[in-house]
Amino acid sequence: MMERTWRNWYLVPYGIWLVLFVIAPIVFLLYESFLDMDGHWTLANYEKVLTPIYLKMMAYSFWYAFLITLVSLLIGYPTAYWLTKTKHKQLWLLLLILPMWVNLLLKVYAFLGLFGTYGLANALLQTLGIGARQLLFTDFSFVFVSVYIFIPFMVLPIFNALEELPPSLIDAARDLGASAWTTFRRVVFPLTLSGVKAGCQAVFIPALSLFMITRLVAGNRVITLGTAIEQHFLVTQDWGMGATIAVVLMAAMAVIVVLTGTGRKEGSR
Amino acid sequence: MKRTHWWGRVYLLVVFAVMYTPIVYLMYYSFNSGGAMHDFQSFTLKWYRDVLSDDRLLMIVLNTIVIALLSAAIATILGVMGALAIYYVKQQRAKHVLLALNNVLIVSPDVIIGASFLLLFTIAGIQLGFKSVLLSHIAFSVPIVVLMVLPKLEEMSPTLIDAARDLGAGHWQVLSGVVLPFLAPSIWAGFFMALTYSLDDFAVTFFVTGNGFSTLSVEIYSRARQGISLSINALSTLLFLFTMLLVVGYYVLSQKGGRVYGIGGRK
Repeated sequence: MMERTWRNWYLVPYGIWLVLFVIAPIVFLLYESFLDMDGHWTLANYEKVLTPIYLKMMAYSFWYAFLITLVSLLIGYPTAYWLTKTKHKQLWLLLLILPMWVNLLLKVYAFLGLFGTYGLANALLQTLGIGARQLLFTDFSFVFVSVYIFIPFMVLPIFNALEELPPSLIDAARDLGASAWTTFRRVVFPLTLSGVKAGCQAVFIPALSLFMITRLVAGNRVITLGTAIEQHFLVTQDWGMGATIAVVLMAAMAVIVVLTGTGRKEGSR
Repeated sequence: MKRTHWWGRVYLLVVFAVMYTPIVYLMYYSFNSGGAMHDFQSFTLKWYRDVLSDDRLLMIVLNTIVIALLSAAIATILGVMGALAIYYVKQQRAKHVLLALNNVLIVSPDVIIGASFLLLFTIAGIQLGFKSVLLSHIAFSVPIVVLMVLPKLEEMSPTLIDAARDLGAGHWQVLSGVVLPFLAPSIWAGFFMALTYSLDDFAVTFFVTGNGFSTLSVEIYSRARQGISLSINALSTLLFLFTMLLVVGYYVLSQKGGRVYGIGGRK
């Protein structure tokens, strides 16, 4: 009996937190999405979301998030793979994680200099004979900076998955005559798929709603759903519309989590 | 298996070079007297003097640190309680529901957290400023602490508690004498994670900060939108050194605790 009263005590503050900061915000967001700017009930926001402007924006968001995830995976997988084969891998891993602790804003700000007209990137292009060009405020810089920010989130779960892979499986494959590439394709990659999934999820979802990188590096354009939400809440003050986009985005994410997240193990994040 | 192919090494080298270029670039030009992030002219400490004599900025730095320490401390207490609460729930379904709800704020994007908290504070009539920022930082740090503490709690052998009980310890004694000391490394790790999340957060703060109050990330954002100013570079160098101290502290603690849990999360 004593036992039970104690358990309840732990649940009280935690439960209050859950209700106030997890459940209530979602409910309010849903509620707000049915209000127009004067506070009347309406479905107009949802009608507006289905107009070409927003559909196009949604398509853009998904396309860019997909691109960012794909590039992160293509760069991140080999990185994780070779990281597991280095001698002091924990140290290397720490070195990879270290930039994650640098304030995000500062990293993005650094690219304003790096990709500037006279920045290092253009100097490099010039010495390579390609010639200077406009890098900032292009789609290229947006994707590049995003990948730069997200790549550790891709590498870490894949690294963990690779570490959990028993080396004897690889030896067995090689003993049975498989080439290095076949071993990778038929043994290593399928067995690390859980890490790949976790990594893709950890990159795709935040990439879908970026707004700060978009604002700073991709110019002042409203091209993704993240910027649209920020725009509606903080600039045009049309909270109902912003809430509607947020609801749509959350629904889309829930679908993604359900589709990809079944095999997620603890420790992979 | 033993050797890394040379192209593997070259690949890693390139990746690491790209990872560190922006950071080094930023710090390098903080010593440039030229005033731009190109054409290094001559060495100067002017930008550091600027930063250290900028009272408004120092005030913001102080705000940021106060918010981070306070929110991390409160979130750690709430998070440990949450982990204990989830641990003691024996019904599997209820446990899954609690864990799923716990993870909502971790998987939701910052923009949505920020927007929904803005709504929450407006409806609740809480004025935007120090209070709203502090509450939001506590709110998004709690689930992180839970996720860091819970695995350690599940690892704990129940015989430890039984032994303490048999020896006559009451609930409070079991908690303070056995459970909390056992969890200490993960609690500290959770605290440090919460601290770094709070220091690093931009998007959520940006939504709930209101007019008079600002944290470092928000301030850097509004300055960066006006273009390049090398005092930001100087500031970032100082911050980088400070973060390194935190990371080393965190690393030492997590080494003690076994492994690094739950790195990931916020963008």
